[in-house]
Amino acid sequence: MQDFAGEFAHAFRLLLRLDPDLLAIVVLSLRVSLSAVLFAALIGMPLGAVLAVTRFPVRRVINVLVAAFMGLPPVVVGLLIYLLLSHAGVLGPLRLLYTPTAMIIAQAVLVTPIIAALARQTIEDVHGEYAEQLAVFGIGPWQKVTTLLWDARFSLLTALLAGFGRAIAEVGAVIIVGGNINHVTRVMTTTIALETSKGNLALALGLGVILVTIAVAVNALVFALRATAVRTAHA
Amino acid sequence: MPEPQVLPVAAAGIVFERDGRRLLDVADIAFDGIGCTVVLGPNGAGKSLLLRVLAGLIEPDEGRVTWAGRAPDRERAPRLGVVFQRPVLLRRSARANIIYALKVTGTPASRRQAKADAVLAAARLEDLARSPARLLSGGEQQRLALARALALEPEVLFLDEPTSSLDPASTKAIEDMLKTAALAGTRIVLVTHDTAQARRLADDVVFIHHGRVLERAAAPSFFAESTAPQARAYLEGAILA
Repeated sequence: MQDFAGEFAHAFRLLLRLDPDLLAIVVLSLRVSLSAVLFAALIGMPLGAVLAVTRFPVRRVINVLVAAFMGLPPVVVGLLIYLLLSHAGVLGPLRLLYTPTAMIIAQAVLVTPIIAALARQTIEDVHGEYAEQLAVFGIGPWQKVTTLLWDARFSLLTALLAGFGRAIAEVGAVIIVGGNINHVTRVMTTTIALETSKGNLALALGLGVILVTIAVAVNALVFALRATAVRTAHA
Repeated sequence: MPEPQVLPVAAAGIVFERDGRRLLDVADIAFDGIGCTVVLGPNGAGKSLLLRVLAGLIEPDEGRVTWAGRAPDRERAPRLGVVFQRPVLLRRSARANIIYALKVTGTPASRRQAKADAVLAAARLEDLARSPARLLSGGEQQRLALARALALEPEVLFLDEPTSSLDPASTKAIEDMLKTAALAGTRIVLVTHDTAQARRLADDVVFIHHGRVLERAAAPSFFAESTAPQARAYLEGAILA
């Protein structure tokens, strides 16, 4: 117990003195996950909107696939992207393996279905309510989608935060495609896994505290957004 | 006077069926000119369905709807206003709801604010202009929905039981707005099951039951001596099977 207490104390000292190694890992983690969420949103939001407001033959199949991909095993995604980016892979010439870009791709693949599915559900709900009124205004499909996206903005932000929560906590895929290289591709989750296996609990605990803090902050933000939405009747 | 773009609104040979039940079977109906037509009938008669078919919101299984002689199209849709039983208000302020409608239907930006303020004042909602529309009371929301529809200066305005869940004061406010709009030249088609409201507003009445138009007559003659037995029974307060 004494050792654990000492590791905790060391972890908090690292946090309080803003240890440069620790900060670099945190910054890289945020950069990778925020970038992944941005790309996932650019694909997932329009995909969700199209699935919500249009009708085409394979729409149901895509809906099922998107929902199924929400639960993709990260290590499998990591493995597939590894195969794509490895020297012999289709994207091998791009030399992206073991770079933050590879980690962004892996996280984006994991997060896109989450954002697309949540966006589809959210926009479908608003569309069900608005469809006749928007038809009365005679607006076209593009204006319809932009109206729905704007009016569902609070719920869509919740979808983004859910995606970010998944991305920042992810370890299996990024450790495969990133390689956990010190000062290059080492992020919070992979560092925690590595340092714990080495018995260096202080750094692992310090990063764990930051990860938990981020998770709590993200959830607090979700609750605050919902409260704002209800208060201003945007729900 | 600009050329009418949607009047007359007409339907011929309309049939609409679901699950083997014929919900609408209207041989011929048209709305033109000025004044207020009340589409009267019991719940489930097909009144709201007829309104949606005429407004181009629902495609009938058979028959043809025309606006000014042509099939409904998106470009002319704003010339035909619709107010629903439950107002559909966007997640914005009262004023922003009207400005949105003006914007998406092509009103120049320079005119939108003044127009929105004018219709809000006419609906006695100027003090609530900045309030979130969906936090207004039921009566205020319906007045806002009507004000938004009137802001687009439609040739014809369809209303689907707009006062069915409102108290007498709110109902009167809506009816006053409708009378003003009718006097200004907007063709009004009001769906209701409320015979008292029909007596207050109707210039002519369409009585519909089991999806069929059983009678159409000028209001005085309809209320004095309606020819359809079901209409007479309805006016006497009988429950129609």
